[in-house]
Amino acid sequence: MRITQGCFSFLPDLTDEQISRQVQYSLENGWAVNIEFTDDPHPRNNLWEMWGLPMFDLRDAAGVMMELNQCRKVYGDRYIRLSAFDSSHGWESVRLSFIVNRPKEEPGFHLERHEVAGRNIRYTTRSYAADRPEGRRYG
Amino acid sequence: MPQNELMTRSNPTSRRTPPEEADMNMHSMTVRGKDRYKSGVLEYKKMGYWEPDYQPKDTDVIALFRVTPQDGVDPIEASAAVAGESSTATWTVVWTDRLTAAEKYRAKCFRVDPVPNSPGQYFAYIAYDLDLFEPGSIANLSASIIGNVFGFKPLKALRLEDMRLPVAYVKTFQGPATGVVVERERMDKFGRPLLGATVKPKLGLSGRNYGRVVYEALKGGLDFTKDDENINSQPFMHWRERFLYCMEAVNKAQAATGEIKGTYLNVTAATMEDMYERAEFAKELGSIIIMIDLVIGYTAIQSMAKWARRNDMILHLHRAGHSTYTRQRSHGVSFRVIAKWMRLAGVDHIHAGTVVGKLEGDPATTRGYYDICREDYNPMRLEHGVFFDQHWASLNKLMPVASGGIHAGQMHQLLDHLGEDVILQFGGGTIGHPMGIQAGATANRVALEAMILARNEGRDYLHEGPEILAKAAETCTPLKSALEVWKNVTFNYESTDMPDYVPTPSVAM
Repeated sequence: MRITQGCFSFLPDLTDEQISRQVQYSLENGWAVNIEFTDDPHPRNNLWEMWGLPMFDLRDAAGVMMELNQCRKVYGDRYIRLSAFDSSHGWESVRLSFIVNRPKEEPGFHLERHEVAGRNIRYTTRSYAADRPEGRRYG
Repeated sequence: MPQNELMTRSNPTSRRTPPEEADMNMHSMTVRGKDRYKSGVLEYKKMGYWEPDYQPKDTDVIALFRVTPQDGVDPIEASAAVAGESSTATWTVVWTDRLTAAEKYRAKCFRVDPVPNSPGQYFAYIAYDLDLFEPGSIANLSASIIGNVFGFKPLKALRLEDMRLPVAYVKTFQGPATGVVVERERMDKFGRPLLGATVKPKLGLSGRNYGRVVYEALKGGLDFTKDDENINSQPFMHWRERFLYCMEAVNKAQAATGEIKGTYLNVTAATMEDMYERAEFAKELGSIIIMIDLVIGYTAIQSMAKWARRNDMILHLHRAGHSTYTRQRSHGVSFRVIAKWMRLAGVDHIHAGTVVGKLEGDPATTRGYYDICREDYNPMRLEHGVFFDQHWASLNKLMPVASGGIHAGQMHQLLDHLGEDVILQFGGGTIGHPMGIQAGATANRVALEAMILARNEGRDYLHEGPEILAKAAETCTPLKSALEVWKNVTFNYESTDMPDYVPTPSVAM
């Protein structure tokens, strides 16, 4: 399967050139770009690990691309995403977020069904990879 | 009057009287003292409902009406009558006024302008003291402003065009239960419009069949699916069946994609008790969103908004029924007023037009509605039909929904007209896809992502739109096929409701 979180998951994987243009767009809007990675891509896992701090005060996308390449060297077997943060009043949140690195194989999720009273079913989404400890989940 | 004169004029809440209107905006005719309360009938304009020198207070509610008096009726008197009948007046003088601070409670018409290019119609600006309204109650606000006056005999027609809601009043409302920012955070979806589809056919599917449509659409790439306004609990599908099968579909699609998904479970029902029961069941099943119809009424909407805030639920509103009073230009209530009321009332989504789809919607007017939903401050923009500066005092923003006759081939136009914080709902445009529902959903999602990518890269996506879509279709057969099937589908009809003011370059004097 292919996890389709983020803004561009339905397109073919973005090239570095394409990623760089999205970063530049974010910087020109005054947003700080943040690199995050995880090997627990559950749809409700909001807390991916941060690769350093969000890059405030940056003007050139090259800075982000350099950091991204460093991150890929260390965590190339995991999901990596870029998110752009807007601190302006009324937003103070993420304005753009997209996946820029994936594990070679994405085993996806198992849907557990727990039958309860009436016809109700409690559903639990469980990542196949997350059965193993962090750091040993992919590859 | 030249239109540029109207365009450049200062905000109507500040007094000014151009010379050419001097004969119309006459001085106050109010009868004062003992004579004011002599038994009998007195013209409204003499009772204190026409006060051209009145300076509206920052805390006043201001309403703008389009007044069409009956033939021979003085427009000032007609406008004063609107002020009177929507506040303290009755048809005759009553002495009991003298037991009250009557001058404070009288609504005051302070300005009447002829409507450009519309003989016989007048814009009447009326100020209402804040004390006339119960805090935090749309029912009370609307009972005052549109309660009685629309059937008043001396008027041929009357339309409530816009309202200025003072911050002091805005702050008495909860506002959208969730808001655009928190909705995006909960959904983990940023930087693009959200995608939805209304399940079709809207009537007749069993719960099991219905769940199938939801699953296919969500798995294919949509973020949301939606019940239609008239899907409640009918013989072919009772509500619990629908909820159970829909939530199976949502959970299965989430596991299949790794993305958060939702389906608007319509809890509209005959009584509040029924609605609460349905909402509680939706919550128990883990739904992130429920839905109500505008026809349930303002009080029920506010109740559900409070319930939604307490229960971490996104609240979708379908504007069922609104066209019966919003569509005609001369009579009724403009949708921009309904949008303002609904932002106060506290819904998170509201259908606000598509511009390019099958339902009514002039681009400039629709832009005005979208701004009302999404901005923290709306400056007066007559060319969008926005007559007042409106501060929202950090009340949550609500997500406009574009639904009805739209398809993937229009993605560049939709993004251009409607922007990023919007839900694009492709019902027929998903379910009617020749390769199936999943393919239809995928076509929409790919078209959207390709367009956002191109926009962010700085491309002229509006003009290069068809080219961008064609390129994306090279690696996506479902999109290719969608573009082929719906390539010539457009809905070009004249709008019935357009702004009265068009922008014209103003010449510096």
